[in-house]
Amino acid sequence: MGVEQSIIQKLNAVFEPEFLELEDISERHRGHAGWREGGESHFRLKIATRHLASKARVAQHRAIMDALKSEFDAGLHALTIEIINPEKVLQPPTGE
Amino acid sequence: MTDINATISEQVKSNPVMLFMKGTPDFPQCGFSGQVVQILKYLDLEFSSANVLESDELRQGIKSFSNWPTIPQLYVKGEFVGGADIVREMFQAGELQELLTRNGIKIKAQG
Repeated sequence: MGVEQSIIQKLNAVFEPEFLELEDISERHRGHAGWREGGESHFRLKIATRHLASKARVAQHRAIMDALKSEFDAGLHALTIEIINPEKVLQPPTGE
Repeated sequence: MTDINATISEQVKSNPVMLFMKGTPDFPQCGFSGQVVQILKYLDLEFSSANVLESDELRQGIKSFSNWPTIPQLYVKGEFVGGADIVREMFQAGELQELLTRNGIKIKAQG
């Protein structure tokens, strides 16, 4: 299983996200420290989950990175995290 | 491990604003470290930095010291503030400026 699939699977299991988007941005970091042939070293994550709603920023990021500890240990180099308020995802679109 | 922990602990306690980064403020060697430097420079405050690329012991040590797997890492008055994403979000929300001011760190006048 690739790193991307493994990240998605773990985040789904731990956080049951209302919204999850993961983008491999490794190519933009080609040649930088931590970059490796084949990509899967730099990712951008957008996630909305009730499980993190009551936590402060550092705790939110730490919880996500803790869930992905084995990926970091195996060479995941950078994870840009954007946490979205789950209320905003759950709100039905308002028709005018 | 104990030695590097003591060194880091001393660094974050003796420097009101301490940035662990890749490269130096004048020559950041990673885009994420560069972003944080830009924000600190924009706020025109005095900060200290340590280049984790100069020491593998520091590079590993800071990760376990903070329980945070990535670089950069910003400390204010001995407290861990966050990495690049958090520093940027806090800056954009004005929370970083508030945190610094609350800790008696002089920043460029806002507005």
